[in-house]
Amino acid sequence: MLTKRIIPCLDIKNGRTVKGVNFVDLRDAGDPVELAKIYSDEGADELVFLDISATEERRKTLVDLVRKVASTINIPFTVGGGISSVKDVEVLLQNGADKVSINSSAVKNPQLINDLAQKFGSQCVVVAIDAKQIDGQWMVHLVGGKVPTNLNLFDWAKEVEDRGAGEILFTSMDNDGTKNGFANEALSRLSELVNIPIIASGGAGNIQHFVDTFLDGKADAALAASVFHFKEIEIKTLKTALKNNNIEVRI
Amino acid sequence: MKIVIINYGAGNIQSIMFAIERLGFQAVLSNDWMEIKAADKVIFPGVGEASSAMRMLVDSGLDVLIPTLKQPVLGICLGMQLMCNKSEEGNTIGLGIFDVDVIKFTPKVKVPQMGWNQIYNLKSPLFQGIAENEYMYLVHSFYAPRCDEAIATTNYELEYASALQKDNFYGTQFHPEKSGDIGEKILANFLKLKD
Repeated sequence: MLTKRIIPCLDIKNGRTVKGVNFVDLRDAGDPVELAKIYSDEGADELVFLDISATEERRKTLVDLVRKVASTINIPFTVGGGISSVKDVEVLLQNGADKVSINSSAVKNPQLINDLAQKFGSQCVVVAIDAKQIDGQWMVHLVGGKVPTNLNLFDWAKEVEDRGAGEILFTSMDNDGTKNGFANEALSRLSELVNIPIIASGGAGNIQHFVDTFLDGKADAALAASVFHFKEIEIKTLKTALKNNNIEVRI
Repeated sequence: MKIVIINYGAGNIQSIMFAIERLGFQAVLSNDWMEIKAADKVIFPGVGEASSAMRMLVDSGLDVLIPTLKQPVLGICLGMQLMCNKSEEGNTIGLGIFDVDVIKFTPKVKVPQMGWNQIYNLKSPLFQGIAENEYMYLVHSFYAPRCDEAIATTNYELEYASALQKDNFYGTQFHPEKSGDIGEKILANFLKLKD
């Protein structure tokens, strides 16, 4: 059976791993390549690297990092952050990334999703969606959750699927950094609405939260950062617990 | 040993290059007929959309060469699918090495299948020392149905052929280069094959 996936996310700034609490207050959590290897050895199913640096040098630093990661680990990984063109994606894939994740650039230019899916295949196009509830409506936000849009989460999710996205990475800004669990109600609605895999993100604090997001949130994969980086949850322990809850995992 | 990865413009070639390096070998990228013919092992990668990948293959004339190769050839993912008779994706005529037609999963399941799934009914030197039901990484919307040339089976919506073999031609739907240490062992097995 196809397993549920556990995905550590490494936020990268200037070649180092950082993790934001509610996307501010960044803390340093180590060398990305070393962390990637540790996670791969511990049984992570995939990795996500999110580049949040904003310097001119960022692109080159990121490409170097992608090469180092690809040469070191033998599980798939996704790269996101500041990707806005077919050319950006080509460089990352050529250097060993398996998938790319696009967020703001997809909202600003939805055709980019079609172009990427056409050129590289849907399997490598992850559309990341950050959303939070405003007056009871899930609204899409940009720039790490700072800028609201008029897009409804569910309408946008359907559109990105229709345009050829292979996967949706949904982060609930209401849950992110809280460690109170994933946004399972919205996740479950998403999972029923679209027929591509959904990665749950934002809110992981304990093992039960992962159990809940797979059972109640119907997520295909769950992504988290700080609980892994600061060893609050070990991936092996997490996977054993999931298995004990009759959730299919790779052990 | 000379390992050539067929370079026709499709595929995540760097990951395979790195995996081969981790196994202690070097591979070269080539679309040159003589170089490919002279290789000890040939890897035929591919990700993306079938009809455009096939077009690139035809443009480089490699569609004629590949079926005539005599050394072990390993098609990975879309590479494997292009080695079949045809694919429903873009109504693509394939290389006709494997006698099976590639079709799409129905919306009863999420498409693409993305992630780790088990391989079983293993029957090929490719799986020497590999236990039944190991997990491999797969990303695909189209699949080869069960057939005589199947050497591994996976279940997603239904049981389908997740690896194929005919004579010196091998194909895996899964990505051995992205499937952890077990995947690397399958790749190592391929590199150890005798002609």
